[in-house]
Amino acid sequence: MGAHESSYQPQTRMAKWWDERLPVMRLMNAQFIDFPTPRNLNYLWTFGGILTFCLAAQLATGIVLAMHYQPSAAEAFNSVEHIRRDVNYGWMLRNWHAVGGSMFFLAVYIHIFRGLYYGSYKAPREVLWILGVFIFLAMMATAFMGYALPWGQMSFWAVTVITNLFSSLNEVIPGLGTAVVEWLWGGYSVSGATLNRFFSLHYLMPFVIVGLVVLHVWALHVTGQNNPTGLDIKTKSDSVPMYPYAVAKDAFGLFAFIILFAWFSFFLPDYLGHSDNYIEANPLLTPPHIVPEWYFLPYYAILRAIPSKLGGVVAMFSAVLILVFVPWLDTSRVRSAKYRPVYKWFFWLLVISCLALGYLGAKPPTEDYVFWARIFTLYYFAHFLIVMPIVGILETPKTLPRSITEAVLGKGGGAPAGAASLPEKR
Amino acid sequence: MSTKADEADRRDFLVLAGNAFAAVGGAFTLWPFIQQMNPDANALALATVEIDLSPIKEGQAITVMWRGKPIFIRNRTKDEIAKAGGVALADLADDKARNLALAEGEPATDANRVKKDHENWLVLIGICTHLGCIPKGQSMADAKGEYGGWFCPCHGSHYDTAGRIRKGPAPRNLDVPPYAFLSPTKIKIG
Repeated sequence: MGAHESSYQPQTRMAKWWDERLPVMRLMNAQFIDFPTPRNLNYLWTFGGILTFCLAAQLATGIVLAMHYQPSAAEAFNSVEHIRRDVNYGWMLRNWHAVGGSMFFLAVYIHIFRGLYYGSYKAPREVLWILGVFIFLAMMATAFMGYALPWGQMSFWAVTVITNLFSSLNEVIPGLGTAVVEWLWGGYSVSGATLNRFFSLHYLMPFVIVGLVVLHVWALHVTGQNNPTGLDIKTKSDSVPMYPYAVAKDAFGLFAFIILFAWFSFFLPDYLGHSDNYIEANPLLTPPHIVPEWYFLPYYAILRAIPSKLGGVVAMFSAVLILVFVPWLDTSRVRSAKYRPVYKWFFWLLVISCLALGYLGAKPPTEDYVFWARIFTLYYFAHFLIVMPIVGILETPKTLPRSITEAVLGKGGGAPAGAASLPEKR
Repeated sequence: MSTKADEADRRDFLVLAGNAFAAVGGAFTLWPFIQQMNPDANALALATVEIDLSPIKEGQAITVMWRGKPIFIRNRTKDEIAKAGGVALADLADDKARNLALAEGEPATDANRVKKDHENWLVLIGICTHLGCIPKGQSMADAKGEYGGWFCPCHGSHYDTAGRIRKGPAPRNLDVPPYAFLSPTKIKIG
């Protein structure tokens, strides 16, 4: 992994025996105990750990739910009710899994916006960032296929609408879209065959995410973490060892997050879902108002804002994929928006646009709403394609502190506090 | 190094040929893994249905299933037929007939959307050409949209009394499935 050397000293004969054969303890020690973390990380940096927790929680609950779920068009809806009513603790595990999806996205959105604000995508962290975008895409695919599984009205019609996005390929090559959609469905409409394959892929995708997360963490440990100043760690006093400092902070952030998670799971388990999903799927009746889960609403608003079918689909996918190019679209030499007086305001405009698109995505597609969705869609893309390159060139950044230590302790900040020095004081 | 190393030799040929065989073999092996997802024999077997039209009174509509898709069958009123026939092709968002029994480029006249001598019967695949919702308009109480045909509540597409898209995001007219009249009151779809 990183250039950082392990200070690991095997203490027992057993540990020494292992260390000569499979030095996994040495690796863990170097990467997760001694690893130097910037001393000025704020709570926004706890979301990496929170997301790891979310992934583990979804895997654990998902694996046990699959022991009771039946992926057939006839039985799926009933088996979810069976889980909620009959299976021991099924109600709780199912709520954790359903709410967990929402929590996962809440955490990932905070994590992404944190990266955007503090310039965590900039050199040398481009690959780290792009791996993150791929994880986000894999999460979206997983969540979409998972939402199909309860086989309620919203499940069925969400699958219908989203798979039909691919039929817009007919506008590129006639017949291609239809062929792709029928291939995805395994029939001429969304059916039990579709449900079955979605279940298989929904079980597969989390392990793909695990693989991507391993690469993401690996890339993180090669470059080291960014921090609120955007400065690199230059001296030992700029960093603290990961254990106990960052671990304790991560744990505190995680527990606060788990309180929110538990609150939704136990008191508002259906608040984030749609009540129509407690009506069994009916291929002959479209619900009056199809909406995706809240975390897809901004993309849904973008899809509907474009008055052409193919154009809408292209815009929706571009809205995610544009993130891949952010490291090169941003021309500023300064990483953190803390020192970018102009860009800072544009950043908040982007946040507002995303929230507004989320609101508009939940509304019916009437003219007023579509008009505003177009305005915010326009800003969303302009932010990346126009604001990022131009502001980066024109803006005069504030003076950067000389080091992380100076930013924390002030100019001439005296001797670093005891906690800061690594590792000779430990 | 000598120029000899740059020239293609027997080993280069073997490596290239070996890799090419492996790639082609890999592609062939991949095919069943992709093809298994296409509609299976079971789905293909549900290809035709026969429908008795006699219980449908003028102005009424029924929905039947064909290949897992809803089929709209509407017994149109004189007024609806007249409205559909009186539209200029230039006013249509999609001027193609979209009748699977006709050639690709046929114009979307009302005559091309129905069968000759059975102009009151409009048979459509009841799936919005935008993103696959089922448009409203089959039941008497439904909103039928601004053109008196069907209205898709998902993203607001309006279809006229010939099932042609007139307003909204849908790119194409509702498809007319292949069907034939077996008798004046019976059709076979597929």
